[in-house]
Amino acid sequence: MSNKVLICRCEDVLLDELEEAIAKGHDDLESVKRYTGFGTGWCQGKQCTALVARLLVSRGGVAPALPITPRPPFHPIPLADLAGLCPDDAEEPA
Amino acid sequence: MSARPLPEDARTVVVGAGIMGLSIAYNLARFGAERVLVLDGGYLCGGASGRNGGGVRAQWSSETNIRLMRRSIALCDEFATKMRINVWFRRSGYLFLARSDERARQLEASCALQNEHGLSTRILDPTGIKKLVPQLDVSRVVAASHNPDDGVVFPWPFVWGYAREAQRLGVELHTHTRVLDLETEGERITGVVTDRGRVRAERVICAAGAWSPELTRKVGVELPSRPHRHEICSTEPLKPFLEPFVGDLGTGLYFSQSMRGEIVGGISNEHVPEGLDQASSLRFLALYARSLTRAMPILGGVRVLRQWSGCYDLTPDGNPLVGPVDEVPNLYLASGFMGHGFMMAPIMGELYARHLLFGEEPELFERWNLRRYAQGNLLSETMILG
Ligand SMILES: Cc1cc2nc3c(=O)[nH]c(=O)nc-3n(C[C@H](O)[C@H](O)[C@H](O)COP(=O)(O)OP(=O)(O)OC[C@H]3O[C@@H](n4cnc5c(N)ncnc54)[C@H](O)[C@@H]3O)c2cc1C
Repeated sequence: MSNKVLICRCEDVLLDELEEAIAKGHDDLESVKRYTGFGTGWCQGKQCTALVARLLVSRGGVAPALPITPRPPFHPIPLADLAGLCPDDAEEPA
Repeated sequence: MSARPLPEDARTVVVGAGIMGLSIAYNLARFGAERVLVLDGGYLCGGASGRNGGGVRAQWSSETNIRLMRRSIALCDEFATKMRINVWFRRSGYLFLARSDERARQLEASCALQNEHGLSTRILDPTGIKKLVPQLDVSRVVAASHNPDDGVVFPWPFVWGYAREAQRLGVELHTHTRVLDLETEGERITGVVTDRGRVRAERVICAAGAWSPELTRKVGVELPSRPHRHEICSTEPLKPFLEPFVGDLGTGLYFSQSMRGEIVGGISNEHVPEGLDQASSLRFLALYARSLTRAMPILGGVRVLRQWSGCYDLTPDGNPLVGPVDEVPNLYLASGFMGHGFMMAPIMGELYARHLLFGEEPELFERWNLRRYAQGNLLSETMILG
């Protein structure tokens, strides 16, 4: 039987990997994020942050007061659309 | 990591567990120094060292930077095997684009100096640029300089590697431990006061990045440097297609493709709030997206996934602040590294330790000392990005 339990689907982070990170001392939410990369993919942690927080508490880590810092944009946006928002007065120096 | 009690005293207290503080601590221990304590108010990778683009290059305009960065790149090359951690180092070159004749002349002068120092940098015309990166729009580009030996790393494991090896050699590291004050007797520091207790200190190294002016102010030392928010973002992952890290010194636009396939990049933006601010702005995304899609129109349909920011520690002359402070002789600076402190850290940590322990590199530590501001001996560097 495979014990591969996926916690962060976007970045393929497994339960085992999260447990290993916590055991190595990355025992607060922001450190676990950096050590495993959970929450940095397509959904930006919308699906997995609460799960990881719960895991952290159950494994004796630091109980998070806040979720990981949310990183804009809320949804992925094409560069061309963003370029269209550039203010006219912003010159491009050579 | 923070549950262990703090020691009562230390020979050397390093304030800041960013790449600079950790590299210095690791090298001090490697050369036999004892009782080295590193303190950080946050978690590992929380400062600029966990927020940067990972660009590592020897293309600079000053002899000192070329010489040092060349050695830093060599250290990156052996980091994975020596420190037993994968830092995803990729030597895929740096390409600097010039969109004006004046900028092109600057790149040519720097290229000549780099060649004198053994770098393989070459000046490319638009046809040569197209050969290297076919997706670039070169219609506004006059020339470029390219060094195939520059590269990129993934910053996080670099920090963990130093932290782990430093601790293995006996360095004590305490995260979530903020230095609130520095105690003095006469002109010397005698200890640090933290939110977890006091530690007596024989010397203090300030490696607090953009927070350094705040720290030294506690003993009345005003640094000429100031924090400046710098933003960055990454896109959805793409199949690998982009070899070099591309930079434009005019706009400060830079971008590279990470080993995960994302396009990671940023741009200069003067209009940010003063001080220590790590927020993100839509204005940045718009500025970056416009310059990037002009430089490489094919990226227009690619989506931005995440943006974040960190603080540069900017000095007026673009050069760092290292070595002791005249007014407080057992306070040492390792700050003011602008937007290139990550790539400087491998070699700076080694030279710093050799300087403290064996008095080596006196010329460099004199040149980059804070006292140059009082003496009016300011330096220069034209190849600053961001
Ligand atoms: C978006 C961005 C992109 C960049 N791109 C590159 C690049 O491509 N290449 C490159 O070489 N450089 C780049 N840089 C610059 C580089 O990241 C920095 O120069 C470098 O990381 C500085 O390292 P540091 O250790 O000095 O500072 P930091 O990593 O900021 O560490 C300072 C630490 O000090 C701690 N601290 C502060 N005050 C206290 C206190 N009172 N008590 C305890 N701890 C304290 C902080 O918590 C922090 O962890 C970039 C920077 C940013 C923001």
